[in-house]
Amino acid sequence: MSADTFAELLAERQVVIVCGTGGVGKTTTAAATALAAAEAGRRAVVVTIDPAKRLADALGIAELGNTPTVIDGPWPGTLAALMLDTKSTFDEVVRRNATDNDQAEQILSNRFYRNVSGTLSGTQDYMAVEKLAELYDSGDWDLVVVDTPPTRDALAFLEAPQMLSRLLDNPIYKLVIAGNRGVFGVANKAAQTVMRQLARVVGAYVVDEAIAFFQSFDGMEKGFKERAQATLALMGDERTAFVLVASPRGDTLDEAHYFLDRIREADLDADAVIVNRMLPATGLSLQQSNALHSSLAADTDAAGAAQALLDLVTAAAADDDRVAELSKAAPLAVLTAVPLLADDVHNLDGLRVIADLLTR
Amino acid sequence: MDPGRFFASSRVLIVAGKGGVGKTVSAAAIASAASKTGRSVLLVEVAGRSASAPIFGVEPQGYEQVIAVHEAEEGDPPRGRIALRSITPDQALLEWIAAHGFKGLVTRMASSGVLEVIATATPGVKDLLVLGRIKAFESEGAFDLIVVDAPAAGHAIGFLRSPTGVRDAARTGTIHRQAVEILDLISDPARCQVVLVTIPEETPVNELIETSFAVEDEVGVRLGPVVVNSVLPAVSGLDIDLASLDVSDMERAALQTAATFRAGRTALQDEQLARLGADLPLDQLHLPQLFGTTIGTAELEVLTDALLAGIEALPEADS
Repeated sequence: MSADTFAELLAERQVVIVCGTGGVGKTTTAAATALAAAEAGRRAVVVTIDPAKRLADALGIAELGNTPTVIDGPWPGTLAALMLDTKSTFDEVVRRNATDNDQAEQILSNRFYRNVSGTLSGTQDYMAVEKLAELYDSGDWDLVVVDTPPTRDALAFLEAPQMLSRLLDNPIYKLVIAGNRGVFGVANKAAQTVMRQLARVVGAYVVDEAIAFFQSFDGMEKGFKERAQATLALMGDERTAFVLVASPRGDTLDEAHYFLDRIREADLDADAVIVNRMLPATGLSLQQSNALHSSLAADTDAAGAAQALLDLVTAAAADDDRVAELSKAAPLAVLTAVPLLADDVHNLDGLRVIADLLTR
Repeated sequence: MDPGRFFASSRVLIVAGKGGVGKTVSAAAIASAASKTGRSVLLVEVAGRSASAPIFGVEPQGYEQVIAVHEAEEGDPPRGRIALRSITPDQALLEWIAAHGFKGLVTRMASSGVLEVIATATPGVKDLLVLGRIKAFESEGAFDLIVVDAPAAGHAIGFLRSPTGVRDAARTGTIHRQAVEILDLISDPARCQVVLVTIPEETPVNELIETSFAVEDEVGVRLGPVVVNSVLPAVSGLDIDLASLDVSDMERAALQTAATFRAGRTALQDEQLARLGADLPLDQLHLPQLFGTTIGTAELEVLTDALLAGIEALPEADS
């Protein structure tokens, strides 16, 4: 099943994951996508990651928050947004999965946990996916739109749900849990050797904290694994659309091609490609512009305009070539071109302009 | 400022910025400009892919060092050699473990997933080890200047923060000492400076200003001039009346569209450049926007010359 237009895609899917490198308007596109769905009458929520301040202000989500803020506006559906707070989302995940309060508190106060939950790069992806699953499961929303952290690797996001269960699958974890006493709380002699070596590298304190971390998760692995599997199934089937955002600049399009290669390694594909920042059309070909530029070169009055024309048409032609190549690389995806806008989004009206451009 | 002096002021230049601002191209232009002052340059890419090889018109060789530019013959204008190298955190981690006497363990650790635990236990460790590899290049002394194309994607500050993070997370052990040594390198302006790259647009400029203060205050790194990439070259006469021009209506409309568009973009750009200058007390080096499809050796030459001209126009440093 593949949609013919972006509007169709928004009407039929329940989850939209917005991917792409930084600097291409990804977060703005995610917000505009949710707005477009609300304008089509759906109950839509967007999870943003590190939005530019003015976009956050426009959405009325100036503070990190883990519950959606409903944004009032003249649309038939519902629009809500939240700014992902990685740390407290992770805390919620721990509390939800812990067998009791003591276990939860033990984990939350562990320094190794605090490192993992606050600063580890994959954690942001993991928590974005957790938030996605939570909003989806709540049944409150027809469409959940998720902005993704700026990474060049599509698989980082797809692997994110398994981060914790994979960590808990680690041989170290098994060794630690298998034993109960000894220098590092480890009975197994081989494990002790590995731990001692590890302590030489990172310091005994880190190793002790790591062991305490793994031990405190005892009994929770099953819950994490089931959750990861359910989320992977959601992202892998037709409830979810992957939207790749790019700009026609050479370096970001290279990244877009890399993204498409990687997502296919997971047997998935982009359902839509949005190319932002397209230059205006002039109606003249590169050849015509070149000829006009030459004929006006001696005209001191018009030479500036002729130069501006040649530059614009040269750049637009290069962009068109690159976008055509990207379109060829993603033949099944809906391709939407959004013109270069004069300014960044400062308010909801600006966002509505983009929503209209996406679905027109 | 004399470009020779400019490039002699530090051994390592870390070129950092958000994704999509043309960081790789800027790093290549910096390497090329330094080479034109006669210095030998190692250009290190951290992203894991050799994106700069095509800019120099050479084939990427993966992890192996590639010579992109050869040293000038006697009598020719000065030109230092430029070597390209691409390093990944995983390779840096394995090399580092091997270099610190854990040789026998390396394979076992890698296969048992212990590496993942080290990386998890101490956030920033992968970035730190990449910086460690760069420090090793510095002490080998095979090149006058090392230019680092830092990881992109909202990552610039994380990359530079990694030594402080690791130093505080792992309070003892080999990795702690490594973090302290790297902090010595990156906080010593005679050894290392950071060049931040942006484009003259609102959000990138905002982010650059935030990053600058964070990098100086939290990491204690000396910032060099800011590179502003994709600056539209000035064109005069965009506001003239085209009505009397002897061209077809279609051509007139196209000229009008282009002139209006260019004037609008230029005004937005000038506003952002002025704001950057007002909010951030750092010199700016402007690289012109290029309009064509690819960036190869000819385009690199244009950028290199613009960069050299920009450096010459900078005021002499006080020290």
